[in-house]
Amino acid sequence: MKPMSVPERLTKNRFLLDEEHSHIEVNQEIAKATGTGQALVACCPAHVYAEEPDGTISVEYAACLECGTCLAVAAPGALKWHYPRGGFGIQFREG
Amino acid sequence: MTETPEPDFEVIVIGAGIAGCVTAYQLARQGHSVLLIERGEAPGSKNLSGGVLYSRGIEQVFPGFLAEAPIERRITRNYINFLNAVSSVAIDYRDARLADPVNAVTVLRAKLDPWLAGKCEEAGAIIMPGVRVDRVLTEDGAAGQRVVGVRAGEDELRSHVVVAADGVNSFIAKEVGLRRNEPLNHLAVGVKSVVRLPRETIEARFNLTGDEGAAMAVVGDCTEGVGGGGFLYTNTDSLSIGIVVRLDDLTAKKKVVTDIFDHFVEHRFIAPYLEGGELLEYGCHLVAEGGLGMIGEIVMDGMVVVGDAAGLTLNTGLTVRGMDLAVGSAVAAAEAVSSALERKDTSKAGLAGYRQRLFAGYVGQDMRTYAKAPAFLEVERMYKQYGELFADVLYGAFNLDTQPRRHLLGVARKTLARSPVKMRQLFRDGVAGARAL
Repeated sequence: MKPMSVPERLTKNRFLLDEEHSHIEVNQEIAKATGTGQALVACCPAHVYAEEPDGTISVEYAACLECGTCLAVAAPGALKWHYPRGGFGIQFREG
Repeated sequence: MTETPEPDFEVIVIGAGIAGCVTAYQLARQGHSVLLIERGEAPGSKNLSGGVLYSRGIEQVFPGFLAEAPIERRITRNYINFLNAVSSVAIDYRDARLADPVNAVTVLRAKLDPWLAGKCEEAGAIIMPGVRVDRVLTEDGAAGQRVVGVRAGEDELRSHVVVAADGVNSFIAKEVGLRRNEPLNHLAVGVKSVVRLPRETIEARFNLTGDEGAAMAVVGDCTEGVGGGGFLYTNTDSLSIGIVVRLDDLTAKKKVVTDIFDHFVEHRFIAPYLEGGELLEYGCHLVAEGGLGMIGEIVMDGMVVVGDAAGLTLNTGLTVRGMDLAVGSAVAAAEAVSSALERKDTSKAGLAGYRQRLFAGYVGQDMRTYAKAPAFLEVERMYKQYGELFADVLYGAFNLDTQPRRHLLGVARKTLARSPVKMRQLFRDGVAGARAL
């Protein structure tokens, strides 16, 4: 099987995007001060988080697979993360 | 605090996974009014597992399970593999007895869970998909907080009992203080691809016939030395392949989780299984690995916690279990809730039978038996040195390089002397492993 990038893999999944509301919010100051930013980038299987050239952490919430790993590794206060609103987000067809 | 006189339902179950569906089914079947709320657009659409369900428990709930439910393959081959960069040592355990009676099956949750939810509906439960429960409703009573229902958006629904079956992240159990934020050594992340292959190809590659299936558990180079392992399970016409890595070790070693996943699926001994396959889906799931030490309070006034939400998963090194424990906890909870409803006492004391039943049955007993497994599986040597040590001993035996041979024991001694593993560590880990697993 040929290697695929993470964004390529995600195109195989079914997502119902909540265009009005992101379920993820990074507190940039705490993320920077605690090193949580790098931990978020490294732990997310969907590459939702990326470190920008200015050091801030950007969030591609539409790609979220809703596992909760980021919330587990984040320093207190660095991340607000909840499930998307009912009916939105990843909809597994295999599981 | 007494029960609400006329609630909307006797029981509200949050989450239509295995634990939630089995609890709802058991209670609805006994004539209780049950609402099953699911945040996915349909039951199963938020649910993902590695894929092996030890099926005896669920067969007791649904006697026709194996014939009727959308299961993939019946596991008759367990392949336990120490995988190194250029070598691999495995135990290949096949047994016809595992097929009769069937002991374990592979499942895909987006297919299985709608079947389970259908059973709940047949039994009289109301299913409400596409709704996220934001929080539970509580009232202050003499004995502290009592759960009296749920809130979802603008809607409030009241019940005598709420069943939190909302998965490993259980926002509900955390909100009311039953669960804390777990230390990272109690948590792992699983990453998985489902890869389509023709069923004949799967049967040829894994040496299977009919609906027989294989489950591979891999430890070592697959996780680049991070605590955890790899897995490869056969479905009917696809493979479930992935890794599970402990979060404390992943973050301490500053590894990128997707690099580890890619390293595993592209490994020279793993990639051939996937050759010609087509990716169907890519997913991930947080895994509770704390074992017995992770189970805290699972009962309070008006609420019980079941399945992953209660931290009920077990990694014994050989078997990785969660779904069968979800079934067992659901059965125990449903018995206790039903009894509490009949006695009109759904306080913490009235629901205490859940914990007693849980620990009297296989779920609690096994959590106790394997209480030392999580600490044992944190031994670093498991994830690098041991696999290499085993392969080096065998290399010494098989590599006939025209030098005079030594006896196997001599080869083993010499290999151990060169390995970073010390004799006393090998001895200590062997004893600890025998006690923990």
